[in-house]
Amino acid sequence: MIPAPFEYAAASSAGHALELLDRFGEDAKLLAGGHSLLPMMKLRLAAPSALVDIGQVGELSGIRSEAGELVIGATTCHADVAASALVRAEAPLLAYSAAQVGDPQIRHRGTIGGSLAHADPAADLPMALVALGGSVEIMGPGGTRTVAADDFFTGFFETSLEPGELLSAVRVPRRPDARWGYQKFVQRANDWAIVGAAAVAGRVALANMGPVPIRARAVEQALADGASPAEAATLAAEGTEPAEDIHADRSYRQHLARVLTRRALEDATP
Amino acid sequence: MKVQLTVNGQDRSDDVEPRLLLVHYLRERCGLQAANIGCDTTSCGACTVLLNGRSVKSCTVLTVQAADQEITTAEGLAPGGELHPVQQAFRQEHGLQCGFCTPGMVMAATGLLATNPHPTEAEVRAGLEGNFCRCTGYHNIVHAVLAAADALSAAGPASAAGVTAAEATR
Repeated sequence: MIPAPFEYAAASSAGHALELLDRFGEDAKLLAGGHSLLPMMKLRLAAPSALVDIGQVGELSGIRSEAGELVIGATTCHADVAASALVRAEAPLLAYSAAQVGDPQIRHRGTIGGSLAHADPAADLPMALVALGGSVEIMGPGGTRTVAADDFFTGFFETSLEPGELLSAVRVPRRPDARWGYQKFVQRANDWAIVGAAAVAGRVALANMGPVPIRARAVEQALADGASPAEAATLAAEGTEPAEDIHADRSYRQHLARVLTRRALEDATP
Repeated sequence: MKVQLTVNGQDRSDDVEPRLLLVHYLRERCGLQAANIGCDTTSCGACTVLLNGRSVKSCTVLTVQAADQEITTAEGLAPGGELHPVQQAFRQEHGLQCGFCTPGMVMAATGLLATNPHPTEAEVRAGLEGNFCRCTGYHNIVHAVLAAADALSAAGPASAAGVTAAEATR
């Protein structure tokens, strides 16, 4: 399968990428690892007029700690996030979730920023970022803004990124001592989650239980009020309207949300 | 557009369409047909090659994304015709049936061993998660990778076919 033709330019810096986006206009797309975008282009589900390649922009990759946060460059690949001693020590849930994406070859190419910008509600990184209470840095013509994970995902495969903007980095709180849990129910190896649940520091996020990765707020409230993990987890499906598909109907997904939340909370409870 | 890249140690310069997939470039422009097109959807791993020492699925990489970088295909593992220890181990352990998945398996295994020279059986199985064998001959493939690990470590750290751990992790 061959993508439709497009114009291509490799950016030499983040600023250059913004210039190229401006020059190519609204139909242009950013390309880093291309592991969400290229499969869609091959199936002709996407046909951008131009690709701005940020895969070789050094300033957009790498991992560093800054005060109470880890800052991960957007084009850092999943394999590097998963293997990073810093991430494993300070945000182990993030390292674990990066190691759950696809397979080794996919983790060598797919990037953290790409996965978040793609915003698949069944994917690993969006749920992890919501559970961690992280944020994304967005560069645009008017400067840089920071958007909390809870506000970043706005709809099914939709984010608050505007045309002409670039997701440049991901921030997560450093919590070396926080216990965490991560559960993903899949039908086959390497599949997307039918339902996922991630818990850390009193926050609980669910994957594929709605058009965006969501917080299980009733569970969080019950935990704050002193409920046990098992009691709190019974509330995991409250207010959710998961989609139905060949893998699961609504009530099955809601059942999975309760079971996986209980397991995640049990792992996250000392 | 013009791209320069290194394929199996050879510098090349070619004029390509931006949409040309790396696997098509390797097979049709370079004449290197070890990397197979299986599923064409980033699932089966038959098109696996090394990009700067790391395994990637070449059906989901644009040739232009590999500009100024190094590609190794299965042909590049045995430049003089003498089999690489991983290839040798696949032959010895009968790690193939129909052979379609084999070049991808060999490249994925080579990439795995560059970063993890002494994998456990479980690590080999997890490391080959991105490669399907539709003959389901996984058992001997795992044996082959474990045997290759032994052979490579017996031969010394410099023998990993020009793929160093430093390259694979950069």
